[in-house]
Amino acid sequence: MKIAITSGKGGTGKTTVSTGLFHVLTKYMKYTVQLLDCDVEEPNCHIFIKASRTASYPVTISIPRIDAEKCTFCGKCKAICAFNAIIMLPVVKFIEVVEDMCHGCGACFYVCPEGAIMESTEEIGTVDYHDYYAKDEFIEGRMKVGKALQSRVIRETISHSKQEGIILYDSPPGTSCPVVATVSKANYVIMVTEPTPFGLHDLKLMTDTVKKLGKKHGIVINKAGLEYRPLYDYIKKEEIPLLGEIPFKKEYAMAYSQGDILPEKDESLRNTFIGIIKKIVNGEAL
Amino acid sequence: MEKPFEIVILSGKGGTGKTSITAAFAALAENAVFADCDVDAADLHLVLTPEIYNCESFASGAKAEINTVKCTACGLCKELCRFNAIEIKNDEFTIDEYACEGCGLCVEACPAEAISIVNYENNYIYFSDCRFGPMIYGKLGIAEENSGKLISKIRQYAKSIAQKNKAEYIIIDGPPGIGCPAISSVTGADLVVAVTEPTLSGWHDLKRLIEMIQRFHTNVYVIINKYDLNKDMTKTIENNLGDIGISVLANLPYDESIVYALLEGKAVNEFQPDGLIAGELNKMWGKIISTIYEPKSI
Repeated sequence: MKIAITSGKGGTGKTTVSTGLFHVLTKYMKYTVQLLDCDVEEPNCHIFIKASRTASYPVTISIPRIDAEKCTFCGKCKAICAFNAIIMLPVVKFIEVVEDMCHGCGACFYVCPEGAIMESTEEIGTVDYHDYYAKDEFIEGRMKVGKALQSRVIRETISHSKQEGIILYDSPPGTSCPVVATVSKANYVIMVTEPTPFGLHDLKLMTDTVKKLGKKHGIVINKAGLEYRPLYDYIKKEEIPLLGEIPFKKEYAMAYSQGDILPEKDESLRNTFIGIIKKIVNGEAL
Repeated sequence: MEKPFEIVILSGKGGTGKTSITAAFAALAENAVFADCDVDAADLHLVLTPEIYNCESFASGAKAEINTVKCTACGLCKELCRFNAIEIKNDEFTIDEYACEGCGLCVEACPAEAISIVNYENNYIYFSDCRFGPMIYGKLGIAEENSGKLISKIRQYAKSIAQKNKAEYIIIDGPPGIGCPAISSVTGADLVVAVTEPTLSGWHDLKRLIEMIQRFHTNVYVIINKYDLNKDMTKTIENNLGDIGISVLANLPYDESIVYALLEGKAVNEFQPDGLIAGELNKMWGKIISTIYEPKSI
């Protein structure tokens, strides 16, 4: 079963939930578990999991290089490039690829009639393996700083998913392509929110996204305590299963700040996290 | 000032308080234009409660589509596609719309001319006025892509409105992360205010954000929000930033009044103008202004 942990709004506690679930699954429940950090722009799970890296795989794309000597400036490559990544000035015999804009699709390479385009490999990120106990795994996707193709790194990371056991995807925030790249490969989506107007507004966007993708979903409320009725009314009206609530406590904020996994020391939270998994796996929250 | 000064509020890590701080700056800035570039989850309008006077749709991107009648199932498109976006479902070739990046290579290559590109127009840009001035914001269609392009467009509009109004500042609520939307928000801006929190995650993400911003040659100041949740961590972040020559504009305490202000649709300094946070925000804004008008060093 593949479970994506998402939020819409950033900072609601995706990583807290992902690492907390990973912890209770590995320590207290009998499943093979894999956690994949798909928030490749700002991966944070490693701060909490503290496992050592066992292998690293580069994520690469092919970037074209155009030989201005061979080029006849026919303009076919520039015409087909959907990303406006080719600058061509025939008068001064100048032609170049803007790497930051290039998606590495290979269209220019394919259409060039002169064989003037060569391709070279460019690293845009990494997928790192970490062992956790014997049977479980933590995998981190990490985009290189300055690169913009985050969805590509996410897809590559997700391609390392096991086919059995429980697979957790810590998703990036938002509702656009990187989130879709993560959620579209999951069977179940946990939406983490907080009881504030921002939390609710972004939860609604996230709900629309998971519905459009046709995914089963449930909600975890983090930083609970503020009696923000509209959130609870919304959950009730939409009939979305409430999987669990994590109360707001300054000691939790402190524990989080120094990289502690919350259910490791707090027994009531441990039960909350075990409860979340049970509701999903037993089908109560489907 | 000849050209409006563009300030972008970013954070790397989400949920550190970008939007609350942007709203507070909006309350302080005179003669400014505001933009929300967190198009995935735009929230600034919840505080600034603007009135929309115009709306335009924006093409979010393009996807390939296969005409299954014309398709001869030769498999060339699947072989060429570098995004693994071509699938075989029930013996028919189809496009995985979430993997397709709309490059058009399959369209060009298809010997049966069975593939075409379809444009999506699911994004919106809203033109509005709020109590502090003009505001532009975007809304991405559900599960859409290309927020980078939408962000560039919003910034262009903000700039042209600012120039028309002879506004001095453009204040932008930016997206989280450091990828395509964040890069689109930073390139060519005058100043980034990075909001972080005293957590290991906050610091890890801030380092990556600063590295990205510096690649695009933009100045950056840092605000440590909720600094008192872990004062040791705050100290560590301050020291580390000092080592790389980046100044901390201010440390803001954890304060529930930010949430209560939000519940009333107000910026925190409007809600409690005499509060501690309002005072800190005033000082912060004063520092930003004074650095803008300082003569540049040669």
